[in-house]
Amino acid sequence: MDGEGDSDTPDGEGEVPDSEDDCDTSDGQGPTGAAMSAFAYTRFELLRTLRNRRFFILSLGFPLVLFFLIAGPQRNNHNLAGTGIYAPLYYMVGMVSFGTMSGMLSSGARISAERAVGWNRQLRISPLSTRAYLRAKVLTAYMMALLTILVLYASGAALGVSLPAGEWLHMTVLILICLIPFAALGIAVGHTLTPDSIGPAVGGGVALLAFLGGTWFPIPSHGFLHDVGQILPSYWLVQAGHVALGGHAWPAEAWIVIAVWTAVFAVLARYAYRHDTGRV
Amino acid sequence: MSATAIEVSQLRKSYGPVQAVRGIDVAIDAGETVALLGPNGAGKSTTIDMILGLAEPDGGTVSVFGGTPSAAVDSGAVGAMLQTGALIRDLTVGELVAMVASLYPAPLAVAEALELTGLSEIAAQRTQKLSGGQTQRVRFAVALVSDARLLVLDEPTVAMDVEGRRSFWTTMRELAARGKTILFATHYLEEADAYADRAVLMAHGRVVADGPPTEIRAMVGTRTIRATLPGADLDALAGLPGVSGVERRGEAVVLSCADSDAAIRALLVAYPDARDLEIAAAGLEEAFLQLTADAPPDAAPGTEPAAAAAFGGGGR
Repeated sequence: MDGEGDSDTPDGEGEVPDSEDDCDTSDGQGPTGAAMSAFAYTRFELLRTLRNRRFFILSLGFPLVLFFLIAGPQRNNHNLAGTGIYAPLYYMVGMVSFGTMSGMLSSGARISAERAVGWNRQLRISPLSTRAYLRAKVLTAYMMALLTILVLYASGAALGVSLPAGEWLHMTVLILICLIPFAALGIAVGHTLTPDSIGPAVGGGVALLAFLGGTWFPIPSHGFLHDVGQILPSYWLVQAGHVALGGHAWPAEAWIVIAVWTAVFAVLARYAYRHDTGRV
Repeated sequence: MSATAIEVSQLRKSYGPVQAVRGIDVAIDAGETVALLGPNGAGKSTTIDMILGLAEPDGGTVSVFGGTPSAAVDSGAVGAMLQTGALIRDLTVGELVAMVASLYPAPLAVAEALELTGLSEIAAQRTQKLSGGQTQRVRFAVALVSDARLLVLDEPTVAMDVEGRRSFWTTMRELAARGKTILFATHYLEEADAYADRAVLMAHGRVVADGPPTEIRAMVGTRTIRATLPGADLDALAGLPGVSGVERRGEAVVLSCADSDAAIRALLVAYPDARDLEIAAAGLEEAFLQLTADAPPDAAPGTEPAAAAAFGGGGR
């Protein structure tokens, strides 16, 4: 353990602060103390999430139940609303967007609960870097999102959705990219709202974003809803699936919308985290 | 080692209209065990928040081991137990302590931290299933597993039972013997008296006394004498030997005494008609009021109470 050496030096401060940067660029570079700690913290966060059965089951269960309720009766509809898309496929993709959005924002609810019990202040008086903290939160959210995706893919396949391997993969990668702004948004709301207000905020926010993004029904190709949808990350999250299904091309506009929302929410998240040192 | 661990200078902090800390100066040497003593609302927690970098001062400076609080925190030099706080759920006691240990550059072994806090037997229990006293011990374990040079504990014993308190202080003594710098906030004079090298007494956001606990104790008066004595001259009473403060309560007077034996003799000689005599140990709350009576909450800095002058520079 190189930690032993640090404790003997009368002034060990010089060594450790830089390691915040080390661990961000050197994930494969060997076990520096900080890289170990960043990994350990993330590992415990993932473990906590997996152990929280209620959170786990509800997070995965809701999209699943909704999917079967909506897509089940339409399993023989191969031309949904004249789009030429197989109905269960459409709803599978829509439900993936809904489930992963919820999953990402629910991580905010967990942050909010941690703040409420004062744990966040406890973490702030440890050497855990802001980056390592945020990375753990983002990775935990992504783990939930990935599990949601896999469960819904399996359910879709069970109803008869079948795609070439390359398209499953293409769709998944685009979806994961489109979730980046939601990860930042989850952290921002988690560090802003109290546990009693975050439930309605996340529930309402996800419903609204899902509605405007075309999760529940196809967005018209022009008009007000179309125009609004174009600038929402949830619209492109839904499109991420459709693109891979041979729908519209994945335009530069999509990258710009995702990048802009990511930047906006990341700034908000950073601000919220920085200003959240008080007693809640 | 005589390096300075904490140096606080002209520190001020307000929350809206409430001036929580009104310009305090405190220096704590490495290796000292210092009690931050004061009643609720004295500004202890706000001061600690600023020392830990959790609150930004409105004015003045804080340095910890010669740098900013956040530099000290980032280097792992600080372990702390905050006043409020529960634990996160879905980990076992051992896992939670291990998680915190993983954040520090040179932590104690998790088993040792659990042993020191008497948690070894419940190491496998989930954190959400603990009693209040057990939770408090886990929070203590979280602070000390850091093996940090400076331990800051904000009213650590508040939720502990008698047994918990005793083992807590035994462990603290051991840590002090290992050379840790320890700053703990408390509103129990007895704790300061028994476990600190030095007590910094705060009231109304100011340091009103700073010195060895025994001196603080002498200063706040160990006893009060209460007597029914209509029409007594308070100034004359205040001049009696052993009396440090006088207060009228209706027909009665209450004398705060540094030396109650001398005071009672003098009182009975000077006022043979004094009756309903009661001698009692002064509550700390009363003692605080006594000490801070001449420092109204909105007094400008600079008009410090006499007590501060008496101990100004003590223990530096």
